[in-house]
Amino acid sequence: MSEIFEGLAEPHRRQIVELLRIRERSVGEIVEAMGISQPAVSKHLRILKEAGLVDVQPDAQKRIYRLRLEPLIELDAWLASYRSLWEARLDRLEAYLRKLQDEQASTQSAGASAEEALSEETSTDRASRRLSHGASD
Amino acid sequence: MANYTIVAEPDKQEIVITSILKAPRALVFQAMTDPAHIPNWWGPAYLTTHIDRMEARPGGSWRYVQRDAQGNEHAFRGVYHDVQGPERIVYTFEWEGMPGHVLLETITLEEHPEGTRMIDHSVFQSVADRDGMVASGMEGGAAETLDRLESLVASILATS
Repeated sequence: MSEIFEGLAEPHRRQIVELLRIRERSVGEIVEAMGISQPAVSKHLRILKEAGLVDVQPDAQKRIYRLRLEPLIELDAWLASYRSLWEARLDRLEAYLRKLQDEQASTQSAGASAEEALSEETSTDRASRRLSHGASD
Repeated sequence: MANYTIVAEPDKQEIVITSILKAPRALVFQAMTDPAHIPNWWGPAYLTTHIDRMEARPGGSWRYVQRDAQGNEHAFRGVYHDVQGPERIVYTFEWEGMPGHVLLETITLEEHPEGTRMIDHSVFQSVADRDGMVASGMEGGAAETLDRLESLVASILATS
């Protein structure tokens, strides 16, 4: 897993991954698209290959690189599990805050209708009172 | 689904999680500082959380114990450095299962058109501690901005 991270941690390597995502390419094509030196591209390709992120196949005089999806699927699963930890925590907080607000709203609407029956205040007065009420809670 | 971003940059000992909560700031602050509220949302729902101690004031301490269905217990504890309603909570956090690895967490609550923006900023004692928290098994400073990485992976898998 850490090799996959390392493979994708560098911006040029992510760019190579993006290029190979569109279609497979020779080293020459990658060098041309990237605008960096061939030795630099070769170094990045070697790291990507060690991480299992790319495959290479000879085609006549060329070496054709293509993206391997397996490590990305593995990484996706891992990220999903990590993300679900935080999501679970925040979702729970959010759901609980919603519940508290629903409870507050039903108490306040009961209060508001009683107020309506007793006073001649304008609705804006009542609204501003309810707002200051909410803020002091 | 909660609306949030996680940023954990390589070679830094911090994690910043920003989320928008659809609730007034005073209520969010209350949910985080009132012991009666904590068991209702803290930690995953399949664990029960028991408040052993919670003194949400500067210098106060806290300790929560989580239990699973088998009766296994995990305890977490720390000290409140600052509690300023309704905008700021600063405390230390330590899992008793890994003593000595203490992190400093600052929670900032800001008014937002949709409710409240919560910024949860954790500073670890080392990059290794941070990465250990982000993912046990992830080595060195190879942690990547998880969001960026995830969207990259998702887009690759969606179009391939």
